[in-house]
Amino acid sequence: MAGSNRRSVDPAACQMFDLACQQGQEVVYDRFEAMQPQCGFGHLGICCRNCVMGPCRIDPFGEGPQEGICGATADTIAARNLVRSTAVGASAHSDHGRDVSHAFLATARGQAQGYSIKGITKLKALAQELGIEVEGATPEEIAEKVGEAVLEEFGRQEDTLRFAKRAPEKVQARWREMGVMPRGVDREVVTALHRTHIGVSNEWKHLIKTCVQTSLSDGWGGSMIATDLSDILFGEPMPRSSQANLGVLRQGEVNIIIHGHEPTLSDAIVAAAQLDEIQAECEKVGATGLNLGGICCTANEVLMRHGIPLVGNFLQQELALLTGAVELMIVDVQCIMPALSKIVGDKYHTKLISTSPNAMFEGFEHIEFDENKAMDSAKDLLLRGIRNFANRDRSKVVIPDEKSPLVAGFTTESIFDHLGGRYRPSYRPLNNGIIDGRLRGVAGVVGCNNVKITHDWGHLEMVKELLRHDVAVVLTGCSAIACAKAGLLDPEAAEHYAGRGLKQICDAVGMPPCLHVGSCVDNSRILTACTEMVREGGLGEDIADLPVAGAAPEWMSEKAISIAFYVVTSGVFTVIGEPLPVLGSKKVTEYLTDGMEKDYGGKFAFERDPIKGAQLIIEHLDKKREALHLAPMMFAPRPTDTLGKPWEIEEAQASVA
Amino acid sequence: MLVVRVDRCLGCRSCELACALEHTASRDLEQAIYEVPRPRARVKVSQGAEFAIPLQCRQCEDAPCVAICPTRALHRADQDSPVFLDHDRCIGCTWCVLACPFGVITLDPKGHTVIKCDQCFERVEHGELPACVSACPTGALQFKAIEEVVAEKREASLLQIERSLSVDAK
Repeated sequence: MAGSNRRSVDPAACQMFDLACQQGQEVVYDRFEAMQPQCGFGHLGICCRNCVMGPCRIDPFGEGPQEGICGATADTIAARNLVRSTAVGASAHSDHGRDVSHAFLATARGQAQGYSIKGITKLKALAQELGIEVEGATPEEIAEKVGEAVLEEFGRQEDTLRFAKRAPEKVQARWREMGVMPRGVDREVVTALHRTHIGVSNEWKHLIKTCVQTSLSDGWGGSMIATDLSDILFGEPMPRSSQANLGVLRQGEVNIIIHGHEPTLSDAIVAAAQLDEIQAECEKVGATGLNLGGICCTANEVLMRHGIPLVGNFLQQELALLTGAVELMIVDVQCIMPALSKIVGDKYHTKLISTSPNAMFEGFEHIEFDENKAMDSAKDLLLRGIRNFANRDRSKVVIPDEKSPLVAGFTTESIFDHLGGRYRPSYRPLNNGIIDGRLRGVAGVVGCNNVKITHDWGHLEMVKELLRHDVAVVLTGCSAIACAKAGLLDPEAAEHYAGRGLKQICDAVGMPPCLHVGSCVDNSRILTACTEMVREGGLGEDIADLPVAGAAPEWMSEKAISIAFYVVTSGVFTVIGEPLPVLGSKKVTEYLTDGMEKDYGGKFAFERDPIKGAQLIIEHLDKKREALHLAPMMFAPRPTDTLGKPWEIEEAQASVA
Repeated sequence: MLVVRVDRCLGCRSCELACALEHTASRDLEQAIYEVPRPRARVKVSQGAEFAIPLQCRQCEDAPCVAICPTRALHRADQDSPVFLDHDRCIGCTWCVLACPFGVITLDPKGHTVIKCDQCFERVEHGELPACVSACPTGALQFKAIEEVVAEKREASLLQIERSLSVDAK
């Protein structure tokens, strides 16, 4: 196995990867190595398994078959595969949105146990947007009507998805012109899958349009619904302090990790954990308390609403178990490695419990979560963890020291308060900062971890490069967790990483240079924030006019494909690390990375080197600034503080040794 | 020598891809798809009646292609080396294509030479396996010394004899 430097730049992760190596415990990087070399046809996106006349694959070098058995070309196959991936990604977000909607409606009707309608301000704003009368109605009455109206968006067949109308008029006009205006959340996914059946659509450009329309039903539909209703049901996130990394696990306490994505169960668990009876149970088993922590986007959901610490991101889920200090890991859906049960095996006492009807895992105990008995379910799960404390083998416990302070919990609405200060709640200071040349622009750095790039290195290098060039950064998902662990979400970080202009803004407003805006469904907040920037004025009339960009330097999931598509086609230039699996089609590749901009205002760039990726973003922001005739940048960039390439550092260290 | 285990081949053509890639300037898949001359594989996954099999040069001891080559473009560096092709000497007469009993030498019309498997001698010199072997996900292609192959076969045949004896004894 490669040295730990090459696996991660997070010292806590390196320590645990080394431990795994010493113990002969197979982890994700070992499986990655065993999988080498990976299939070139798959990598280029030119194998098709859509019917059983196949499988077919196109020879990328032009010697062998250039068409599948049905006649599909490399262009068709690559685009068709991309449609399927986009549909899966959109489904994941939208089903998450549906689950939240059901819990929301059940709460409004008084059927759900332990939840209440918390975000009254946002509820009323949403009700008004949906044309629902709020005067004289109780929050529950309003919420019931809102819940019903929102659930209709999933099954809407024709016309326009309601939340897509939130986009700036120019963006909507472009979607209408391209014929990609999303209709209903479920509708788009079903239609997209239909189009990829053998003998349906084979024109690559039509298939790419299908990707677009499907992804918009996610970003401006399923994900946006998930974000808005979660804010109302579980409370609007507010900036709050917490800590991140494996060091948040505690020796003397019962450690329970919630891992996955949806906030319905995890929010109930957080509430239950505060009950006296639960604390009393902990004392009974000799623990000094109950310590909840999160992994992946569940972590982000409960961090931004309750300040629950972050244990780690995607590539740390196995490592958390290897600490031997986790009594219980509760999972729901998405990004949960099937490998976890093998890690635990008979070596650790950790209980693994799956809770979603959508996800069952070999070797996990399955206790299905019932939102109508949310509190009882949550208590029951916690008790199982607490009772398992006695089985912890203290000789096996290894908890890294690392944990970093952070501030998280920014939203489209709370950025308002933060930026404007108490008396000026508006996007004016942000837009002015950009117009004056203190800020170059804003970049959203989001997405997963991927074994193909050193863990966290892609996120950190890119974000630091952007910060020193006075680019404000908003973060979600595993990218946010990577930056949190590295101390970039600490308001102090402006001192160490931000360019002078960005630092002035951070100091004036009292915010960190990177804003944690939530989970991966909360990328919808980035869309609404861009819309607010347009509305505030002075930066053009279209999201495509704004000096903003997106990036996913360590992406790996199909959800990320859907996100990237809706961000790009909302008008935002987006740099992704690994290329989309379409390189086997020259036409599709060229369109996505170039021609698309003319049609949608945004395009993709594929760039594995995070510093080069950041430079592409900076060039893009400068181009947009120039087009808007904005003032030149006030300050020169801060000197570079790059980590260097981990493998080069490793080789240098090896040669010295 | 290259060993082909027919029962293991799933016909995925990963060996073809890896072989073509190994013989490009960039040796990088994402760049190679745009390279001119187009990358070409020296191994071909061929379809038998009920099986697929990757076929490439067997590096014959008494190689008819070497014997027939009028310009000595096909040659051996030494007794143990694979059969190499000197591109500068090759005139593309295709005598070797005709002489080869296995159909694993072809003409690269754009390159004005024939192409054949060189058993990735550069990789092997560096202690690596030939590209096709390391690309094979199922172990259908292996690279072994002939002594090793012979020893394995002998062992397998012994096992068979033992089994048949024990069945007879019962």
